[in-house]
Amino acid sequence: MKPAPFDLVRPETAEDALDRLHDLGDDARVLAGGQSLVPMLALRLVRFSTLVDISDIAELQGIDVRDGGWIRIGAGTRQSAVEQSPIVNSGVPLLARATPLIGHFQIRNRGTIGGALAHADPAGESPAVALTLDAVMEVRSKTSEWLVPADLFLKGTWTTCLEPDQLLLGVRFPVWGQRSGFAVKEVARRRGDFALVGAMCAVQLNDGNKIARSCITLFGVGATPIRCRAAEKELIGLPFSQVEGLGQLAAAEAEPRDDIHATGSYRRRVAATLVERGIREALDEALYG
Amino acid sequence: MDEQVVELTVNGITMVVRVEPRTTLVDALRDQCGLTGTHAACEHGVCGACTVLFDGQAVRSCLLFAVQSPGHEVVTVEGLTPSDGGLSPLQEALRRHHGLQCGFCTPGFVVSLTAFLAGTKSPTDEEILDACSGNLCRCTGYRGIVRAVRDVSRGLVE
Repeated sequence: MKPAPFDLVRPETAEDALDRLHDLGDDARVLAGGQSLVPMLALRLVRFSTLVDISDIAELQGIDVRDGGWIRIGAGTRQSAVEQSPIVNSGVPLLARATPLIGHFQIRNRGTIGGALAHADPAGESPAVALTLDAVMEVRSKTSEWLVPADLFLKGTWTTCLEPDQLLLGVRFPVWGQRSGFAVKEVARRRGDFALVGAMCAVQLNDGNKIARSCITLFGVGATPIRCRAAEKELIGLPFSQVEGLGQLAAAEAEPRDDIHATGSYRRRVAATLVERGIREALDEALYG
Repeated sequence: MDEQVVELTVNGITMVVRVEPRTTLVDALRDQCGLTGTHAACEHGVCGACTVLFDGQAVRSCLLFAVQSPGHEVVTVEGLTPSDGGLSPLQEALRRHHGLQCGFCTPGFVVSLTAFLAGTKSPTDEEILDACSGNLCRCTGYRGIVRAVRDVSRGLVE
């Protein structure tokens, strides 16, 4: 239960980190909060010759409001800081509600939002929120930078578009504004366990109390979280009072498999219920605030 | 991979250790600093027996490497215990409510819950249970631990 030997370097700036990653190649790995990576190292599921520790790089941390209705969070920001941020609580309610569900407070004191996104656990809350809201990732290498939307960033189980020499610098979440509502619904055996299955719902009403925008995500149902686009489309233009039966439609878009924690059919049945409850809750908030 | 010399600040004291990069903070504290109050159990971030305060925040020391610690302040359970040989209010409350049996998980609970109580004024039972969820106990069934936290939060223990 000890990691295999490695070297550890502690660059002081993001630029230094990128230089290091560029030089070290795919034998190196970024270490942020370590709450996902270090268990894997300890269990020897993975092995790297060098860890590039970015956990103390101040410029990678911070939460601020950007022009055009965006909230930008530095990738190295601790989950506990995200959870407690007044900017996140008022500007990105879905993220504020999902973050306390991540592990336990001790995990959130070290784990970072960027680390959670880069680790891309299929049942992780942070990737699911990013996908639901179409968040945008800021990716950099030594020589280039990109903005990558969540659905292109998340590629598979523990797989993102990040190459070994690239760093996730930050993530931008859109602010939805008035008449919107959000819900996170997940099932886990114990508080803090990975979700067996979860749903995230975001809706926005127009002046006539009809649904103008809707985003529904299921997570824990496949290699990545998925957007239930058919169900989302069904919702558009519906008066809030006529929303029914969307859970089945949403769940049908997922193809969860059996594993040691739950069967695929269980996940699908529960997913339908969670979407029903999530949409109702989000609509209530959109209507009544 | 080679050993290096690292300065840790633990319970207010600077300690110099010689460690490999892969040496976890829990192992450095126990083996090199002689502070065996912090326990190593699952060693992969699940059980909480290794909990320490890192810059005042409760964290799992099995998921930190000693070489990451320079520039940070570590407090172990020894640092939360009064130096005169007495018990902190939480430790006294745990004793009173039989919130420990074998005692193996107890330092982790003391550190986690001390941090929790410092940041939460009047926790509900639900919040106390939630705060306990990151530490596993095989012996007690948690009731005595919750009662202890309740008492301390109500100022019933000096």
